[in-house]
Amino acid sequence: MFRTLVRAVLPLLLFAGTASADTLDTGDTAWMLTSTVLVLFMTLPGLALFYGGLVRTKNVLSVLMQCFAIACMVSLLWMIAGYTIAFGPDGSTFMGGFGKFMLNGVGLDSLSGTYPETVFVMFQMTFAIITPALIIGGFAERMRFSAMMVFSALWLLIVYAPVTYWVWGGGWLAERGFMDFAGGGVVHINAGVAALVAALYLGKRKGFPTTPMPPHNLTMTVTGACMLWVGWFGFNAGSALASGGAAGMAMLVTHIGAAGGSLAWMTMEWTRFGKPSVLGIVTGMVAGLGTITPASGFVGPTGALIIGLSAGFVCFWATQMVKRVFEIDDSLDVFPVHGVGGFLGLVMTAFLANRLGGLGFLNENIESSGSQLVEQLIGASAIAVWCAVVSWVLFKLIDLVIGLRVNEDDETEGLDLTQHDERGYNN
Amino acid sequence: MKLITAIIKPFRLDDVRNALGEVGVSGMTVTEVKGFGRQRGHTELYRGAEYVVDFLPKSKIEIAVSDDIAEQAVEAIVASARTGKVGDGKIFVTSIEQTVRIRTGDTGDSAL
Repeated sequence: MFRTLVRAVLPLLLFAGTASADTLDTGDTAWMLTSTVLVLFMTLPGLALFYGGLVRTKNVLSVLMQCFAIACMVSLLWMIAGYTIAFGPDGSTFMGGFGKFMLNGVGLDSLSGTYPETVFVMFQMTFAIITPALIIGGFAERMRFSAMMVFSALWLLIVYAPVTYWVWGGGWLAERGFMDFAGGGVVHINAGVAALVAALYLGKRKGFPTTPMPPHNLTMTVTGACMLWVGWFGFNAGSALASGGAAGMAMLVTHIGAAGGSLAWMTMEWTRFGKPSVLGIVTGMVAGLGTITPASGFVGPTGALIIGLSAGFVCFWATQMVKRVFEIDDSLDVFPVHGVGGFLGLVMTAFLANRLGGLGFLNENIESSGSQLVEQLIGASAIAVWCAVVSWVLFKLIDLVIGLRVNEDDETEGLDLTQHDERGYNN
Repeated sequence: MKLITAIIKPFRLDDVRNALGEVGVSGMTVTEVKGFGRQRGHTELYRGAEYVVDFLPKSKIEIAVSDDIAEQAVEAIVASARTGKVGDGKIFVTSIEQTVRIRTGDTGDSAL
């Protein structure tokens, strides 16, 4: 993906006065280092706080623990095998070769484009960390910690890494001209679908939907949301893989997407429920950001505005549908916000990449929005289907071997005490 | 000796404390509680999930007084806690069998 991207943004890079694609550029390197930091910050503590505040007091630590533990475990798995599956040389259509197992060949001077390969490994690692961490929202408050760790590890290697290869590692979707700049499919559809499968497989939390389960600390949630907004600049603008015009535009459109999504959701709540809520406005923000993610390197500011506003509107309705109409306990609304948002962003890319200041399509064989739309739908569906099937199988297997869901008494007492022997608040 | 238990609206706590001080009651125990009687709860909305919250926050004041000032104490609480709206609360008066001051071992009225 980055090769085609470099081809697309080379004019901008030359305009910015950078060197060719074979030597180290300190500007690009500095930005990629920074982006890596920002994206890790999105998980630790951004997402951890966002999710932590949404669950009940008795489960706050379980969320923090799951995010932290996933970050640690994925880091090591990525180093060992994830990176090579996703970006290994001499790969097949569906996954990379094992040449970079244990980061073999990645040395001090190895380059990935104009910056060190070590930085690319790290940058991509932070994406690999946050994607399984997002899934937590689907099974929150009822999943055993051990089962969660096993699932996350296997899902990373069998779903996330291969899908990354399909889209960014030179795999079949990249070859078809599928456009996913920063992870609408790789991250958001993947996480959303897995969370939905988790919610369906595990079933509802005890008492859902009749028992009130309000967020125990919205101040924590809003704090986390603010960190996500800031960190997302690393996520999207960092996916330009260079410091320059492309990163600047990606940052700009990301920001507009966030603001648009926030206000659209707030407006929906205000008109339908009578009052604007802080939970609504930050959820709209996440929806806007998730939806702009796949489009962030391809659309212009006006396109981003349309995307942001649409995201707030569409994801709002999707949340109502999943939770209130279908009564699926996707506890933290991962599917309607990330899954639907990512899908929406991928579709809108087909129509906005070549209009309103967009940068155009990547693949010269694609001439119209219609034909790009076909590729977007193929990619989105392939990712969703692969994710859904494998996730289901993994849940089934893990359930048979060690058991997935905590027992009813433990669920009532809370995961903090029963899974971790701890209380979040000791006063 | 009487134990007077009063459930009141929390924002009236300072007024009640001052009123009791004026009738000679200087010690009390206050707990934050929740409950409802005829006052209705309210609804809260989180991402479209509507919750009806029945329980309302209240303050519970417990004072131990000698029989001769029990009636004035109750009147002082009523006057200072009343707003006239539903949810003002209730007062329960019960008899105390024994009172002991832990520091000195005093019992009965002198321990109040």
